[in-house]
Amino acid sequence: MATEVRAAQLGGRFGPYGGRYVPETLIAALEELAAVYDAASRDRDFRAQLDDLLRTYAGRPTPLSEAPRLSEMVGCRVFLKREDLAHTGAHKINNTLGQVLLALRMGKRRIIAETGAGQHGVATATACARYGLECVIYMGAEDMERQRLNVYRMELLGAKVVPVHSGTRTLKDATNEALRDWVTNVSTTHYIIGSVVGPDPFPRMVRDFQRVIGDEAKRQLEDRIGRLPGCVVACVGGGSNALGIFTAFLDDQEVRLVGVEAGGEGLETGRHAASLVAGRPGVLHGSLSYLLQDQDGQVLPAHSVSAGLDYPGVGPEHAYLRDSGRVRYEAVNDREALEAFALLARLEGIIPALESAHAVAWVVRQAWDPEDVVLINLSGRGDKDVAHVARLTGAIE
Amino acid sequence: MSESAITARWRKLKAEKRCGLVVYLTAGYPDRDTSLAALRAVEACGADLVEVGVPFSDPLADGPAIQRAAQIALEGGMSVGGALELVARAELKIPVVMFSYLNPILAYGIERFLADARGAGASGLLVTDLPAGEDPGLEDRILNSDLDLIRLIAPTTTEQRMRAALEKAEGFVYLIARLGVTGPETEVTGELKGLIGRVKSVTHLPVAVGFGIRSGEQAAALAGLADGLVVGSALIERLERGVEAVGALVSELRRAMDAAGKTGFDS
Repeated sequence: MATEVRAAQLGGRFGPYGGRYVPETLIAALEELAAVYDAASRDRDFRAQLDDLLRTYAGRPTPLSEAPRLSEMVGCRVFLKREDLAHTGAHKINNTLGQVLLALRMGKRRIIAETGAGQHGVATATACARYGLECVIYMGAEDMERQRLNVYRMELLGAKVVPVHSGTRTLKDATNEALRDWVTNVSTTHYIIGSVVGPDPFPRMVRDFQRVIGDEAKRQLEDRIGRLPGCVVACVGGGSNALGIFTAFLDDQEVRLVGVEAGGEGLETGRHAASLVAGRPGVLHGSLSYLLQDQDGQVLPAHSVSAGLDYPGVGPEHAYLRDSGRVRYEAVNDREALEAFALLARLEGIIPALESAHAVAWVVRQAWDPEDVVLINLSGRGDKDVAHVARLTGAIE
Repeated sequence: MSESAITARWRKLKAEKRCGLVVYLTAGYPDRDTSLAALRAVEACGADLVEVGVPFSDPLADGPAIQRAAQIALEGGMSVGGALELVARAELKIPVVMFSYLNPILAYGIERFLADARGAGASGLLVTDLPAGEDPGLEDRILNSDLDLIRLIAPTTTEQRMRAALEKAEGFVYLIARLGVTGPETEVTGELKGLIGRVKSVTHLPVAVGFGIRSGEQAAALAGLADGLVVGSALIERLERGVEAVGALVSELRRAMDAAGKTGFDS
């Protein structure tokens, strides 16, 4: 709530971060979107419609699972918020359903989105199929090679997947291309950004659509053990699943919040995606936040074994939470994440997304007091990563 | 405050009843020397103002031609400092507007940039992703500097916003002729005429129309409507065929605009 007030007062800013650093052409659309969103968020019917959709279509509330064998290993009680069990296999659907309902309110029947690994693209294509909307997904040509199955999945759901050949041919370039499309077709088209990034109102809007994760988890944990967690952990790429689970706990000062970024091949190698840990403030994709960039302000390519964390920027609210000290940000490298991926599969019978495995890895490497209670946001399932990991570990060719 | 070189140039154009030709070139494309030669060629062939683009890794407001030029320029080692050095070396008599995305300028340091750009001989600054009112502190620093703060207006800009944005604008108004990123062709339409009229009703600044102008024929048709025309992507594409091809297009546009005779100043 506190952050909501701050953002509203400062025109979509979180401290100095955020804003609308976009070409003039997009300002009118952002103003319209902000107005429609603000009205919708006060409208009980909208809320009820979205809640119903989340319950009857997306599989919410998702369960909270205690992880007994992992708990035994790390030395305190660990709970997993099971976003991997949401429809399409990750938290992304919470946001895309909300934004599709907003697009319908604006009378826009063409939807565009960017995608990295393809999870947000699949969630967008799914929501569009459900409402019969035209759907165009921009995806880096390199990512399309790496994630062929998700490309087919999106096509199966009726979306058109457009390869992006510019720049590094990955998520950041797909985002540029989606923004270019939006600049051109803004009167008929809504752009569903997949994370808490981009110009205002996207960061606060996507956070609000994702905060259901933390709201549910807080209630579930209260019902289960009658107390707050000592520590809440989530992976951070753009940062939507992290803000999704953190927001409910922001005002509970006794709850430690930890965001885990992708350390890639190690921070010292420069091949990583840890914008908050190793970047510095800059402007990319419409907002001021932490950014991987060179001395001259050129954006550096990110690297992570997990395509969903492979982004050189991060949501502006995270930048604010970092500076204020409310959330602590850490980096976990590729190797640790791959170990955690296998560990959770073996110990709990849950194959996590490689993104979520970063959060698990951080918990595993910490020392815990037996009285601690740790809540991990298991933001997605690892089925999409199995072939990739098998190739990396040499299990298959 | 004394009149800026940009304002002086528009005043002269108005007195001569000519439509201004504003050209855009990406600094360092295809390489430093050719880029320098191209700047000199556009001046020699009749350009009235030149916008020098600072290449950025993520040029989300630009179409394929300028994106590609930026990428090639960066691969050749172009930078903010390099672009300023290029401007200084060119020693142009026509006014230079630095054209950039915000992040390279922030990384360079805003005060340092404003001072160095002035030192290099630039007279104006246009920041693609800094819309009016977004960052008042930063905008004030540019307004209080020796560089003119040039504003973009889009077809989607509301009248209320247009008023607010142009209240403090300097030099001239860069009017985006149609929705979209830089590049694709523009037809002269009644809608555009209306749009220019709307801008003219809220500002005394000259209005230059951009995005998509690529032939003398188009330029002639638009010359009567606007105070100036901006040509960018078409020149960048021509540059693949060499500096002479760029000069030829600028000459063609110049002739066509002058033959068309009238300007928008009196309309």
